[in-house]
Amino acid sequence: MENKDTLVENAIGRMVPTVVNGKPEVPYQGVGKYRPEGRKFGPRISSCADFPADGNKLVSTLKQALIQSGLKDGMTISTHHHFRNGDLVAVKIFDIAAELGIKDLVWFPSASFECHAPLTKYLEDGTIHHIEGSMNGQLGKFTSAGKMKGVGVLRSHGGRYQAVQDGEVQIDIAVIAAPSADSFGNANGVEGLAACGLLGFALADSQYADKVIVVTDNLVPFPCVPWHIQGNYVDHVVEVEQVGIPEKIVSGTTEVTKSPDRLLLAELTAKFCEQAGIIRDGFSFQAGAGGTSLSIGIYFAEMLKAKGMKARFARGGSNKYLVEMLEAGLVEYILDGQTFDLEGVKSMRNNPNHVNTSPFTSYNYHGKGNFAQLLDVVILGATEVDVNFNANVVTHSDGALLHGIGGWQNCLFAKCTILPVPLFRDRIPVIREEVTTICGPGELIDVIVTERGIAINPLRTDLLEKVKGSDLPIKTIHELKEEAEKICGIPSKQIFDDEIVAVVKWVDGTIIDAIRKLRS
Amino acid sequence: MIATAGNNGEKDRSDCLVTIELAQSGGVRIEVKSKVKALFGEQIESLCHSVLAHFSIQHAILKIEDKGALPFVMAARLEAAIKQVVDSKLQYLPEMLPENSKPSLADQPRISRLYLPGNTPSMMLNAGIHKPNGVILDLEDSVAVHKKNEARLLVRNALRSHSFMSAERMVRINQLPMGLIDLDYVVPHHVNLILVPKCESAAQIHSINEKIKAIQKESGAKNPIWLMPIIESALGVVKSYEIAQADNVVALAIGLEDYTADLGVSRTNEGLESLFARSQVVNSSKAAGIQAIDSVFSDVGNNIALMENVKASKALGFEGMGCIHPRQIPIVHENFAPEEKEIALAKRIVTVYNIATEKGLGAVSLGTKMIDAPVVKRALRTIDQAIAFGRLDKNWSELESE
Repeated sequence: MENKDTLVENAIGRMVPTVVNGKPEVPYQGVGKYRPEGRKFGPRISSCADFPADGNKLVSTLKQALIQSGLKDGMTISTHHHFRNGDLVAVKIFDIAAELGIKDLVWFPSASFECHAPLTKYLEDGTIHHIEGSMNGQLGKFTSAGKMKGVGVLRSHGGRYQAVQDGEVQIDIAVIAAPSADSFGNANGVEGLAACGLLGFALADSQYADKVIVVTDNLVPFPCVPWHIQGNYVDHVVEVEQVGIPEKIVSGTTEVTKSPDRLLLAELTAKFCEQAGIIRDGFSFQAGAGGTSLSIGIYFAEMLKAKGMKARFARGGSNKYLVEMLEAGLVEYILDGQTFDLEGVKSMRNNPNHVNTSPFTSYNYHGKGNFAQLLDVVILGATEVDVNFNANVVTHSDGALLHGIGGWQNCLFAKCTILPVPLFRDRIPVIREEVTTICGPGELIDVIVTERGIAINPLRTDLLEKVKGSDLPIKTIHELKEEAEKICGIPSKQIFDDEIVAVVKWVDGTIIDAIRKLRS
Repeated sequence: MIATAGNNGEKDRSDCLVTIELAQSGGVRIEVKSKVKALFGEQIESLCHSVLAHFSIQHAILKIEDKGALPFVMAARLEAAIKQVVDSKLQYLPEMLPENSKPSLADQPRISRLYLPGNTPSMMLNAGIHKPNGVILDLEDSVAVHKKNEARLLVRNALRSHSFMSAERMVRINQLPMGLIDLDYVVPHHVNLILVPKCESAAQIHSINEKIKAIQKESGAKNPIWLMPIIESALGVVKSYEIAQADNVVALAIGLEDYTADLGVSRTNEGLESLFARSQVVNSSKAAGIQAIDSVFSDVGNNIALMENVKASKALGFEGMGCIHPRQIPIVHENFAPEEKEIALAKRIVTVYNIATEKGLGAVSLGTKMIDAPVVKRALRTIDQAIAFGRLDKNWSELESE
């Protein structure tokens, strides 16, 4: 896309397109400024008379189900990342579409992983027109190189729900891969070989898509309980040999870091929370699944234990460390958005205080409130932060698109948002004059913790006051930037081509930034 | 002639591999492959030109395979490669940070010293943030024989241009005589302390002092350079007192891996096999009025055993220990630091002593015990350490008299 006439400057100073993939778009207007009006998107009216009287919606193959769902050129197909890097279903859908000669599909995943790299061939041959979701790893590189036919659209988990609810994205066929299901279409994530915990990312799709296909490798007799997905929304059920690779579903990220620098970062973050008075009886927190975040959770647990306190709730991504806290009585509830390991899955299955949530309850802009904003503190990552506290999570400093947004943007609405980041990675300064891509506005980002100092957003005079006189290494964000540049040198400004290869949506559906093609 | 320097392996980070080939004509051709090219490509090229010009190289093919090396690292790698193809006495010296020219004190605390392999830049970068009392840039065992030269240049550049924050900057040289060559690369660049491995006589220390004096005379460097001999053999243990008495020696360290090998026994966590040697080193150090520093604890995964080891070490009279992993530092600090009971006793001794001095009394007693000068000295030292570890307010005596 190269039509410069359609570019406007949005409220955070970025030049963004007003038309993307032929559809009009709204530029970012500021936090909480955009209020679309009218009624939410309504799915088609269905009649139960059109469905099998015995409730058996089994179809013999996924191909059959897709054909019966009316798969045709230009449709929007949604999938979900509950199986993370062990997903065996998404690529199959497009294998079938390619075999049927279908073109110009829009893939609308809740997230993509390295296992989806084979889809580049369908982006190349035109089976897939573009991706709306996340473009990780190989798919990100492909997009950054300007090879995708359409423009990629990056959304947060909450933004995905918002886009479905207000009709910005209309899903033609949702394919929900489920660890357990019955022939009526009830499905859950806690039973079966591919047990992944929950199916919250597919909730909106089940309710709003034109056609819904449930795919499982563990078909149980009716009723499949608990029903994370209700069969009443489901058109077809397909039984396949395997939906996911268990060891890749609950994989990798759930080990505490061994890096001494990251441990120090985690320790400093936990100390900050303690001294800022965030850790108190009945507080709530969310920490991600990365090694540093896990370690912060462990420090929280130690502090709570030492003080004889407990947290009221923690938001997952759950893992064995959070489950241990739940079982030790250090946290009363886990409100879980996804489950990162088998201990988490088991806990969700057995412990009534380990509660299944979805982007609707946690993140949705069109909800009448959401859980993320109730959190006392959220700990998130970033690839870059700038002197205005704006942060980037989708591109690297070399400009290449590599990650999705996940729930990151939505979590910024917590009462205190902390980003623990290294001051520099190899020679790349993480604290910059200006981030390559703005994913979150600085006004929502409160504290940057680096191994060499902590910067508090000047807007948070309350936090500055609380840690005054403490032995924490409090610095300004400019001091941190200068320290990084003293070590690494001052980086040159990136040069991109004009062509826009992807846009980053804010939680309300407006465009906060555009990602341009890498100059080769 | 082609030469290379540096590292570009799968696991290497913050380093680069430099390949240089001199040519007869065609000028300088630079080929940069770097993960930070988008941000620092121009600066990398300009550094290459500057180093080549410094050594008057006009025609060469230079290849840089970079994994995010900082400028002081890349400069060291370039110089190391160039010096294999050009015979030159010149040095390409990066900027000397003002904080790196600070001298250290003979008796400053050396409770923790973090070993850093002298040819591994990634481990140097964040060493200071873990707040060890000292960092040891190691040119000896952690550097392969064929990498000694490039390590010397890297260590030299790190001493000048990299901040280790508040840590004392130490270098472990190679065994003599090779270690004497190492001195040329570190003495003019404000190293604070030299560790002398496998030391077995005062004569070795004298030869090092002589060489240091000669280099300082030539370079004009004036800061004191302290010595910490490492006793690592049966003979070294026997000679420890004469070594401890030699000029500029501020501490004796013991190295148990080599010592147990010399004895032909296995090293155990309990350390009974080295009890004699450890006690002897402590005794020689105290007799000479210097610090006694214990060997490193090599099981980095077992911090509970480390804690017990530190406690035993402190009980024997050691005042510090080497660390081979940053996470050992807080454990070493916490367990060498004075305990509540020690601090309380020290406070009472100092208070009683102060009152007695004010009143002009000669002999002082606490309960039924006489307090003499060495007891007071030890109590004052305990108080200083307690303050340094944040276990006691520096205005404690005023606060408590209020």
